[in-house]
Amino acid sequence: MEEAQGYVLLTGLGLPLLAALILLLLPSSQKMAVRYLSAVIGAILLGLSIYVFLAYQASGNVIQMELQWPWIEHVGFLGENGISLHLGVDGISALLTLLTGIVAFAGTLIAWKLEYRTKDFFILFWVLISGVYGTFFALDLFFFFFFYELAVVPLYLLIGIWGSTRKEYGAMKLTLMLVGGSVGIWIGIFAVVHEAGLGTFDLPTLWEAGRNGALSPEFQKIIFPFFAIGCGVLAGLWPLHTWSPDGHMSAPTSVSMVHAGVLMKLGAFGIIRLGIQILPEGAEFWMPALVVLGTIGALYGAIAALTQRDFKLISGYSSVSHMGYVLIGLGTLHAVGVTGATLQMFSHGVMTALVFLLIGALYDQAHTRDLSDYGGIAKVMPLWVIAYVMAGLANVGLPGLSGFTAEFHIFVGAFHTYPVFGGLAILAAAIAAAYMLRMFGVVFFGPLNPRWSDLKDLSPMETISAVLLILSMLAMGLWWSPFTDRLENTILNLPGVTS
Amino acid sequence: MRDFTLFIPEYIAVASAVAILTAELVWPKIRKDYLAYATAAGALGWLIAAIPYIGNTAGNFENLLLTDDFTTYFRILAAGIVMAIALLSAHYLQNRTTTAGEYYGLLLVGGTGMVLMAASRELLTAYISLELLSFSLYILVGYLKRDRLSNEASLKYILLGAFSSAMLLYGISLIYGVTGTTSYEGIAEALAARDGGTDAATVVGIMLIVAGVGFKVSAAPFHMWAPDAYQGAPLPITAFLSTASKAAGFALILRLFTGALVVDAVEWRAAIAVLAAITMTAGNLIAIQQTNLKRLVAYSSIGQVGYMLVAIAAIGYGDAATAQSASSALLLHIAGYTVSTLALFTALTAHYNRTGDDSISGLRGLAETQPFLALVITASLFSFAGLPFFAGFATKLLLFQASTTDGLLWLVGLGAANSFVSLYYYLMIMRQIYLFDPAEGQTRFRPTPLLGALAGLLLLGMLFIGIYPQPVFEATDHAASALFEVSASVLASGR
Repeated sequence: MEEAQGYVLLTGLGLPLLAALILLLLPSSQKMAVRYLSAVIGAILLGLSIYVFLAYQASGNVIQMELQWPWIEHVGFLGENGISLHLGVDGISALLTLLTGIVAFAGTLIAWKLEYRTKDFFILFWVLISGVYGTFFALDLFFFFFFYELAVVPLYLLIGIWGSTRKEYGAMKLTLMLVGGSVGIWIGIFAVVHEAGLGTFDLPTLWEAGRNGALSPEFQKIIFPFFAIGCGVLAGLWPLHTWSPDGHMSAPTSVSMVHAGVLMKLGAFGIIRLGIQILPEGAEFWMPALVVLGTIGALYGAIAALTQRDFKLISGYSSVSHMGYVLIGLGTLHAVGVTGATLQMFSHGVMTALVFLLIGALYDQAHTRDLSDYGGIAKVMPLWVIAYVMAGLANVGLPGLSGFTAEFHIFVGAFHTYPVFGGLAILAAAIAAAYMLRMFGVVFFGPLNPRWSDLKDLSPMETISAVLLILSMLAMGLWWSPFTDRLENTILNLPGVTS
Repeated sequence: MRDFTLFIPEYIAVASAVAILTAELVWPKIRKDYLAYATAAGALGWLIAAIPYIGNTAGNFENLLLTDDFTTYFRILAAGIVMAIALLSAHYLQNRTTTAGEYYGLLLVGGTGMVLMAASRELLTAYISLELLSFSLYILVGYLKRDRLSNEASLKYILLGAFSSAMLLYGISLIYGVTGTTSYEGIAEALAARDGGTDAATVVGIMLIVAGVGFKVSAAPFHMWAPDAYQGAPLPITAFLSTASKAAGFALILRLFTGALVVDAVEWRAAIAVLAAITMTAGNLIAIQQTNLKRLVAYSSIGQVGYMLVAIAAIGYGDAATAQSASSALLLHIAGYTVSTLALFTALTAHYNRTGDDSISGLRGLAETQPFLALVITASLFSFAGLPFFAGFATKLLLFQASTTDGLLWLVGLGAANSFVSLYYYLMIMRQIYLFDPAEGQTRFRPTPLLGALAGLLLLGMLFIGIYPQPVFEATDHAASALFEVSASVLASGR
């Protein structure tokens, strides 16, 4: 059973690659075939992700569905299991797998109407998705980094070719900042593998080395910032978040969805996998700094969003703000706070994917993203407005939606360890309410600008995606025990996390 | 006893060279691409003849040359490189020269020089082998007689090459003066047997050798010839320069430094580390400003040489095990780098045959006019940058990891930072290919089947090394351990 489940994971990262390969061989004139194939792959992956999440036993081992294939061993400095294709999920990655499935499927449907170089778009899109799954599943440092890079690199072309506003600048800035971050991870990997001296990249073995003192506390304190900053860039860690607004503003809709929805979570996930799990002593030493930076990010993002007039910039800054919460949650190293951080990753993922979907749907028709150009949209696009209000309320943390569940956990955790910063985080949530309500007032209600009287409401594809995302928000908001149960065991087993 | 059977593969290579030269002499109007195919066939025979040597006990020729797995590894590499270069020259040369016999003959001779460099275990033999390769290259770089750039490149290369040879020879004579021998083992024993500190002559000798070999592999600050030679040379020879001459240079360096000079590692390791740091940084930073593709590749390959030198520094800093695994990873990286470079040049040659434009902006819109070539170029650039799926990701990661020793983490970190810099200018090329529409008048075209197939094959090679390097890594591991079987006794006696 366990082995068979391992193959499910292998399918999760292999199927998108296979899809990319098949698409590569299709003639580019076959746009409908490309779309149908992608939609089918997206649906299979969604099913697979739901399966992985549901099949993860809350009461079982921390790591489940393990699969380990020897890859490179007994050569050079590599010993037994030097580099192996080691896959598996714990509670955190199971939840993020679910998120990936949902957002990727929604993104596929949204890209349906893409006409320009459709085939090339989906090839890169699936390569990216494979990278995301691979990073969540990998239990080997080599493959973790392999898939992590694989998820980042296609963004340059995805934004550069299909993007909008200042796309070349945004694409270059984003790619360079993210790859620059991975230089830090790279150096960290070299140092850790060398210092452990075990001739292996196997993550569970290295985690053990981090716990049992094979990696000395001094060493951990030096190396932790490399991982934290390297992954932090992708997680939107203030002050290295500046790629986020520019990148999101330039990116095409489905790329924004996947990027803000899933990719930024890879960064936070990397901080857990590499930072907290390999270097627990280092994590404990540096976590206060992460909390401070997270809080600054949460406040800064919220205040910046308050002053923006462009939809996408508001969401870009709001993402920085929400990822700030995630960092605060992780920084508490308290079970409730870390749980909240993980829930927030999921919650922000679906919520922000929905927001970018809606912005895209509007922009494709209206070709402006300036708030002040709009007014009274609710009269012509009721479905659109309802969906946006749901996303906005989840963003604000209204009880009953996922944002509340996540943020509540984070605040409880933060008050436990760092009361002051908990208070500041709540202040950021209040500012979030301000920028959301301002947008509601300006755009949705009030007198209808006659220029927009012939805007069309959501298309069927967009509606399906939006409903899927809203259901996910409601599920976590109303009945969160399936989520928290699966996280509990994993998080209590993270080194250094107190309960 | 002189065992002449040790060099059967090289006999085939040289015999093919002579046959090709004669063929054109006898039959001057022979189609020039037939000569290319004959060269490729000769190289294939060379490669096949090398296979039985894999895993054999090392053959020692008069203490001058050694045919062990290390030599065999470079045999196969050299034969493969010559074969690929011959095939990608076929069409290019047909349109540009009236004679081609010398060109193909010298390719084979140069390749033989590369093998002998790997096999040499004696300073003068190594020097002569090095010159065999260099002289072939001097002529090949200037082969386009009516092209001014080609002439300039050749002249520059000869002058600076002669200068570096002089330094190398001076270094060799100083080492000979100190140790009384030119054999690597003898040098190691003599260096280990000295009591008291090192004398100035040894240090100066080693530094001159480092500088001389540094010239040949174009390590900064001895790299000045490279961009001009790369730019002026015929495109396939640029590929030959950036693969064969670098691989051969590192073969010689590995044999020399692990076999002879390792006992004096304290004297040279810091210098090599600094050289590596300067080389990679200078190569990558200057590459950013280039507008000509060949010059850009020249600087980018200088950057790659910097990464490779990190492993040599690690041999100096680490213990015996580190030295061996660093050598093995270096050989793996050379394989990955060679395949990627050949793939890049195959695609560039196909593009150049069509457009005659070797500026970076000449690639604009290639994704539309020829998506396959665009893919191959992208793949090889990503491979250089060390991005996943392609050879460079695995080989560079393993190279740096194997070279990580306690005193050297800073250099490895600098290497990682440099790969990041290199990504910027690779992305600038990608930008031309994918983000811009083709220039006016550029329409869709197909590469010749030969170049298309070669590019496809090399792309598969890149993917194979990048995804599943185990088989190649095992081969390089054998090659590296052969290197250290000889020097194990040396290591034990010295240090």
